[in-house]
Amino acid sequence: MKKTILTLLVLAAAAVSQQRPDIIGVIMGSQKAVIAVPDMRGAGRAAGFMDVLNGTLFRDLDDAAIFKMAPKSMYPTRVPQQPGEFRKPLQYDPNNRNAAPWLQDWSDPPVNADYLAFGYAAEQDGQMVLFGWLFNVRQPDVAAAQVIGKLYFGPMDESGARKVAHEFASDILKQFGVESLAGSRIFFVSNRSGNKEIWSMDYDGPNQKQITSYKSISTMPSVSPDGTRIAFTSWALGQPQVFVHSLETLRRIPFLNPRAGTNQNASYSPDSKQVVFSSSASGFSQIYMANADGSGIRRLTNTRAVEVEPKMNPKTGNEIVFVSGRGGGSPQVYRMNSDGADVQRLTTGEGQATNPSWNPQGTHIAFAWTRGYDPGNFNIFVMDVNTREYVQLTSGAGRNENPTWAPDGKHIVFSSDRGGRSQIWTMLADGSQLRQLTSAGLNEKPAWSK
Amino acid sequence: MTTQKASALAVALCLSFFAAGCKKKVGVGPMPKAPVAEAPPPKVVVARPIVKFFTAEPTTIERGQASSLKWEVTGAESVSINQGLGVVGNAAAGGATPAVISGNRSVFPSDTTTYTLTATNSGGSVTEAVTVNVTAPPPPPPPVAPQPKALFSEVVARDIQDAYFDFDKSDLREDARNTLTQNADKLKTIFRDYPNGTVTIEGHADERGSAEYNLGLGDRRAIAAKDFLVQLGVPGDRLRTLSYGKERPQCTDNNESCWQKNRRAHFTGQ
Repeated sequence: MKKTILTLLVLAAAAVSQQRPDIIGVIMGSQKAVIAVPDMRGAGRAAGFMDVLNGTLFRDLDDAAIFKMAPKSMYPTRVPQQPGEFRKPLQYDPNNRNAAPWLQDWSDPPVNADYLAFGYAAEQDGQMVLFGWLFNVRQPDVAAAQVIGKLYFGPMDESGARKVAHEFASDILKQFGVESLAGSRIFFVSNRSGNKEIWSMDYDGPNQKQITSYKSISTMPSVSPDGTRIAFTSWALGQPQVFVHSLETLRRIPFLNPRAGTNQNASYSPDSKQVVFSSSASGFSQIYMANADGSGIRRLTNTRAVEVEPKMNPKTGNEIVFVSGRGGGSPQVYRMNSDGADVQRLTTGEGQATNPSWNPQGTHIAFAWTRGYDPGNFNIFVMDVNTREYVQLTSGAGRNENPTWAPDGKHIVFSSDRGGRSQIWTMLADGSQLRQLTSAGLNEKPAWSK
Repeated sequence: MTTQKASALAVALCLSFFAAGCKKKVGVGPMPKAPVAEAPPPKVVVARPIVKFFTAEPTTIERGQASSLKWEVTGAESVSINQGLGVVGNAAAGGATPAVISGNRSVFPSDTTTYTLTATNSGGSVTEAVTVNVTAPPPPPPPVAPQPKALFSEVVARDIQDAYFDFDKSDLREDARNTLTQNADKLKTIFRDYPNGTVTIEGHADERGSAEYNLGLGDRRAIAAKDFLVQLGVPGDRLRTLSYGKERPQCTDNNESCWQKNRRAHFTGQ
């Protein structure tokens, strides 16, 4: 019996690994442009902040996962600082060390780049200024090659270096139809103040700030798509209830909780005007929809099972994924229409499946599943909601929970206790580029917002 | 009470002594003069008085008790003691020479007091001091308070047992039903004894589910326990439910015995 199960598992795993390129290919895209990003130099006081500037620029471009980063060790020794340094040679000779920089230095082997981001930073009226250019080095001349040539200003300190680098990276990404993650924030729960409170940080980890101070338990944050409100679950008034804070004033704004021992997991419709949440008003936690202030409540599910974590499709708004124990076994991920009709189980019924989260395109969900592991040992999976094909992104490294997607639909933030305590991590939706963003206290329940 | 009486008595005694001293002083009046001798008086060098002893017995008393001052002085014309005792002895006219003045007094100082005896004659005066140490008596026992009723929350914590659940389940196992049946009897009594108390049934889960699902599961466990108690006649309006899911574990080890401790309905009194 055990052997049969094992064989099945192995077969299933093989099947999954075969599916992998399809799902990941759809999410990640295929053909990637190669970009070279040589370290820029700084004049005057700007010189002291170039490590931060260069690091931020490289990371923003690398993180976006739309480029192949040309390996730095292959870069030519002649690195231009501004376009005027390029001189078209009569006869290109890569071995002529006295020649001026030319586009082919970058487009030819071994660099093989399609694009070159270059420039320099300087001090101007006490401010930091970055002169940034993006060249398509496959073009025949400098005039045709220039894609971006722009000045970026910031204060003369590390934050200024980060600002100008983020803005330059953001402009480069726009050329490829991608919104930069720079400026996006991750909300999460931390107990570092002594109680679980809601915190926020920049998408890459800096600027960690405490948002709530209820000195109770406040957890499970969810940000409205318009970025004006954050809903979470708090015990601040006794029983766990839905709380809403304005992200503009950071103050609490009213939300009409139904009379129930537990109201939790509020999340928003694409237009930010509706919420779906879980309430035990009937005696069992069930899925409800209401206006953003909690009025006009209607019940969407009607079972004698625990049903939590409803999430509306962020693109269409016409379907909801949620978690239910209605099958009698461990919780599984289900979908239904936004009026509660046409309920279908998405996961196979194996293990515990929880924490579903839509990608911004509304085609895939990321979720946490113990399939193939002991109860509680969750890994992050991604599923194509139409085909039910799924792929496992983490394996064998602690409990990995609460995946949510970045606005670019290519990154996933999640919590993992692989290092001991639960911390916030990001990765690409193909499971690569793992980064740990937090380390102080216990951190969990991340939610990525624009 | 006793102490108060004692000190009142002490004050009264002190006053009476003081008064007696005054009377004596007034009563004695000026000394009659010795008859004048025919011959001019010989020049006599008068020796200063000698204090043979000046003692206090005992030297240490508790406040309110008495100490006895005793003295004997020779060659003095008068003997006095400070601290309000005044003149306590005079040489009798034509008495023995040298005159012996002795006496004793009971004193009731309320604090440590040094008494100085001064013996005087025409040759001068001599002083001798003795100190009576006064210690404060230990305080009386506090008044006997009426035996307080145990706090409601303590009674609930002591008498009402946790009910335990299976993994991912909220139905009541045999052992949970037995526990809750006992709890029901006790709760009925406790609610009778404490008409204002209410009990919160907390629902908890082990760490192995998601926090979100466990919050719903804890809610179910608390409601299941409440429903059972109400069926057994416990007043439902005095029972509240509160789910903590896996947010407030009783035990944080990573094994089944610990997980079982956390899959529970727990009772607190308010």
